[in-house]
Amino acid sequence: MVENTIHATQAVVTLDVALPGIIWGWMITLNMWAKSIGTGVILVGAFLLYRHKKEEMPNLRWLMPLIAFIFLNIFLLFTLADLHHPYRMVNIFLHPHWTSAITVGAWMATLFTGLIFIMTLIGFFDAHPNVRKNCALAKTARGISPFYEKIFPFVVFLAIPVTLYTAIIMAESSARELWQAPTEVMQMMWAALLAGSAGLIFISGTWSKEARRDLALVLAIATFFSFMMYMGEYFFSFKSAEAEATLEYVHSGGAYNTEFWLGMALGFIIPFFLAVSNMKSDNKTLLRFAAILALVGLYMAKDVWLKIPQMLPLS
Amino acid sequence: MKLGFLVDLNLCMGCKGCEVACKVENEVPLSSWRLRVKYIDIGTFPDTSRSFTPLRCNHCESAPCERICPVSALHYLENGIVDVDSSRCIGCAGCMMACPYGAIYMDPETNTADKCTYCAHRIESGMMPACVVVCPVEANIFGDVEDDTSHISQYIMAHQGSVQVRKPEKHTNPKHYYVGGGSFTLDPLAHERIEGYNLFNNITHLEAVGDKNHGVLDRFLAPFTSHGHSDNKSFMNFDNTEHESHEEEGGH
Repeated sequence: MVENTIHATQAVVTLDVALPGIIWGWMITLNMWAKSIGTGVILVGAFLLYRHKKEEMPNLRWLMPLIAFIFLNIFLLFTLADLHHPYRMVNIFLHPHWTSAITVGAWMATLFTGLIFIMTLIGFFDAHPNVRKNCALAKTARGISPFYEKIFPFVVFLAIPVTLYTAIIMAESSARELWQAPTEVMQMMWAALLAGSAGLIFISGTWSKEARRDLALVLAIATFFSFMMYMGEYFFSFKSAEAEATLEYVHSGGAYNTEFWLGMALGFIIPFFLAVSNMKSDNKTLLRFAAILALVGLYMAKDVWLKIPQMLPLS
Repeated sequence: MKLGFLVDLNLCMGCKGCEVACKVENEVPLSSWRLRVKYIDIGTFPDTSRSFTPLRCNHCESAPCERICPVSALHYLENGIVDVDSSRCIGCAGCMMACPYGAIYMDPETNTADKCTYCAHRIESGMMPACVVVCPVEANIFGDVEDDTSHISQYIMAHQGSVQVRKPEKHTNPKHYYVGGGSFTLDPLAHERIEGYNLFNNITHLEAVGDKNHGVLDRFLAPFTSHGHSDNKSFMNFDNTEHESHEEEGGH
C-alpha cells in the first residue's frame, strides 16, 4: 500500500492523472543533428577556403553546398514530420509571431536553404561542364556562376543564426530548466563545427594534406570543447532545483545514463584522440572513422540532452 | 481588466466536481485534462493528512506559451485570458515545452494544443467558469484582480500572508493564486510520484502526445483520407490483466 511507503515529512501523490511522457523525441534530435551538419559544412568550408587555395580542395565548391542542401532538407523534413499538422506550417509564413524563435528560425532556415540550393546548382554545373549542356536550368546556373562567390559570405553569415536559433527555442522552452543556459548556444556552435568538419572529412580524400590537417584540427577542437561543456553542465550545474534533479537522475544510473556516456566516448573522446593523431600522421581511414564516431556520438549526446529534462513532472 | 483565479486549498475537499464540470463544459476528450485535482498524502501512518490541489492554466501575464507559439495560436484576450485558436495551431508542441506548469495538452481529437481558457466563451456571455459554478464550497474564486472591490481582490487582501502562486521564480507572473498551499502541494519536486498514483494502475504516463493512432504518415495524408477520427472508445482499453495485484501496484 502507498501509505506504508511514506517516510516521515515526505509527501506522496496518491491520485493524479497520467502525465505526458517525452514530448519532443527522436525526430527533434534528428532535426538538430541534421541542421548541425547542414550549417557546419558551410562554416568549416568557409574556414578552409579562407586558409587554402581552391585547387587544394577541388570538389569543395560543389560538394559543400550539396551536403548542406541534403542535410538541411532532412532537417526540414523532420521539422515538418514532427508537427501534428504539417500542412499548417504555412501559417508560420502567413501568420508569423516574431517573438517565437521557431518563427524566426523557420524564416532564416528557409532563406538559407534557398541560397544553398542556388549554390548547389551553380557549383554542380560548373564542376560538370559536360552535363546537361542544352538544359535551360544548367545554362542559367552556369550563366550566373559569379553569383556563387557573391552570396557565399552572406550564406556563411546566415549559417551562424541558423545554427544558433535552436538554442533560443530551447531557452524559450522555459519549463525545461536544463536548457536555460547560455552554454546551450555554444553547444550548438561546437556541434555545428564538429558535424561540419566530420561531414567534410568524407569528401577530403583528394585534398592536400594541409587542408585535411586543418579539418582534423577543427574536429579536435570541436570535440574537446563540446566534451568540456557537457562535463561542465553535467557535473557543475547549479542552475536550479529542476536542472539538478534532472541530472541527479541521470547521475544515479537512471534512464539515458548509458547513452550519455556512450555519446561522450564515441562522439568526443575517441574522435579527439584520433583527430589529434591524424594531425601528425595523415591517415584518411582513421580520420573517416573518427568522423563517423563523432557523428554517431553527437546524435546520442543531443538525444540525451533533449529528452532528460522532459522526464520531470511539471505539476 | 485582468481576470484571475484563486483557489482556497483550506476549503477544497477534493470532490473533483470542478474537474468533471470542466470536462463536460469544454468537451475535453478522455486522456486530457484542462483542470485536474491532485491528491497528495503527507506524513507517516497513522499521522497522515491529505491535501487537494486543483491545477489549471495560470493565464500568466508573461506567458511563455504565448511567446513561443510561432503562429499566435496562443494569444491574449483583452481581459488577460490566454486563449487558444485551435484552427491556427500547427501542433509543434512548443507551448507544451514552454509552459512551466504542464497545463497544456495535445488534444487527441484535433491534434492541436489546448488548455483551460477560464471558460472564455462563458465569460463572454457574462457567466462564471463552469468550475466556479459547480464548486460546492466556493473554493474557486474568480474575478477581476485589477478591481479592488472584486471578490477575488478582497479575498487576496484578506489573506495576504498566505497567498501563493506556482513557481514564482519563473517570472511568468501567474494570474492564478492559491491560499493555504505549501511547497508540498505547489512544487512538483516536493512530493514523490510512486507507481500506481493514477486511477488506472498501469497508466502513469500518456502513450502519445495527441492522437496515438495518428502516425507521421497520417499527419501528411490526413487532408486526403478519411482517417478514423479519435473518439472516446479509442481510450477505453483499461485492461489491467498484465499487471500484478491491485495491492502490489499500490493502487487505491
